[in-house]
Amino acid sequence: MTALGALIRRDVRIALRVGGGALIGVLFFLTVVVLMPFAVGPDLNLLSRLGPAILWLGALLASLLTLDRLFMADHDDGSLDLITMSRTPLELACAAKALAHWLAAGLPLIVATPVLGLLLNLDMVATGAVALTLLAGTPALTFTGMIGAALAVTLHRGGLLMAVLVLPLSIPVLIFGVAASNAVIVGPTPFGAPFSILCALSLVSFVIGPLAAAASLRHGLD
Amino acid sequence: MQLSGRGIRCVRGGREIFAGLDFEAASGEALAVVGRNGSGKTSLLRLIAGLLVPAGGAIELAGGDGELTLPEQCHYLGHRDALKPALSVQENLTFWADFLGGERGDANLSLSTVGLDHATHLPAAFLSAGQRRRLSLARLLTIRRPVWLLDEPTTALDTAGQDMFCGLMRDHLARGGLIIAATHAPLGIDARELRIGRPA
Repeated sequence: MTALGALIRRDVRIALRVGGGALIGVLFFLTVVVLMPFAVGPDLNLLSRLGPAILWLGALLASLLTLDRLFMADHDDGSLDLITMSRTPLELACAAKALAHWLAAGLPLIVATPVLGLLLNLDMVATGAVALTLLAGTPALTFTGMIGAALAVTLHRGGLLMAVLVLPLSIPVLIFGVAASNAVIVGPTPFGAPFSILCALSLVSFVIGPLAAAASLRHGLD
Repeated sequence: MQLSGRGIRCVRGGREIFAGLDFEAASGEALAVVGRNGSGKTSLLRLIAGLLVPAGGAIELAGGDGELTLPEQCHYLGHRDALKPALSVQENLTFWADFLGGERGDANLSLSTVGLDHATHLPAAFLSAGQRRRLSLARLLTIRRPVWLLDEPTTALDTAGQDMFCGLMRDHLARGGLIIAATHAPLGIDARELRIGRPA
């Protein structure tokens, strides 16, 4: 446990320091959402209808933007060799790295959501619903994205491959995230059903993500 | 404790690097792996560290800790030094001590042994190549592991650093440790030579 705690602390610390990259995602999220009202125009009803979709798209793209760094830096400086050799199972180390990434890059997105909700003419309840769906859904984005990040390291191809591999996996999360938020805002469908599926997607990704990423890293040992 | 390899064959990217390689090293013994550039010295170290999978043959450690695998009892000091530029010297070392676990010595003592005690709070980004190497050596001292796999360990070290490092290797061997080093320059300690490939 101390090993995993140390890994999480280290990754969060690096991400939050200058040049760490955690804030790049939030800044990107802010940019996309702030620009959207200018692009759509001053139609408040339209904005509040599109609001959840815009927030979700922004969060998805922001988390993709920073994910490719997940293993790349450790691979380039040789840390990944030592992590592979250690007595901590690689699966758990992968899960710890993903958790640290989500804490540093995913959680700030959720914290920023209420502020951005104002810009999109979302009321308190709607903003709360979007933030809740993001809280339940963004871990799934990180943990499935981790598979792409691990493959990108072992195949020596950067971000492009990542996007092609990870985007299809994140589509279900996007669909059910937006569906659950819209259920609160527009009705009449219940909130519970899509939200439960969103939670289920996250739980499945917690299991599959680390196993697949560790298998990919092991297979690509070089 | 005895580390031995029998008939090891290494294939990388579809190309055979070496085949039928045997070696043996016992406690308190150092093995200097020599050979031309590209002959497979680093590959052999990575095979022992479990970072490459041998295409044939077997490597085993007799008389080690039965609970642990061979890579878990090895320190690997490669070309890349596994340091994070954003973290301080102290933070880098403490992280590896916490993460790698096992029996650990005093981190501050190892930092002063390698001559970095004046720079503990400096971000690793500001270290010179030689200082980075010294910090990597501090990892070997802080976490006790019997097998040291060293890849060109003396690169970037100044003369005083090389003397210090020779002393560290002698201490490690005297404690019953085992060293396998890939090197072009003389190691500075008594070591048996293992040649890979044709003589240069």
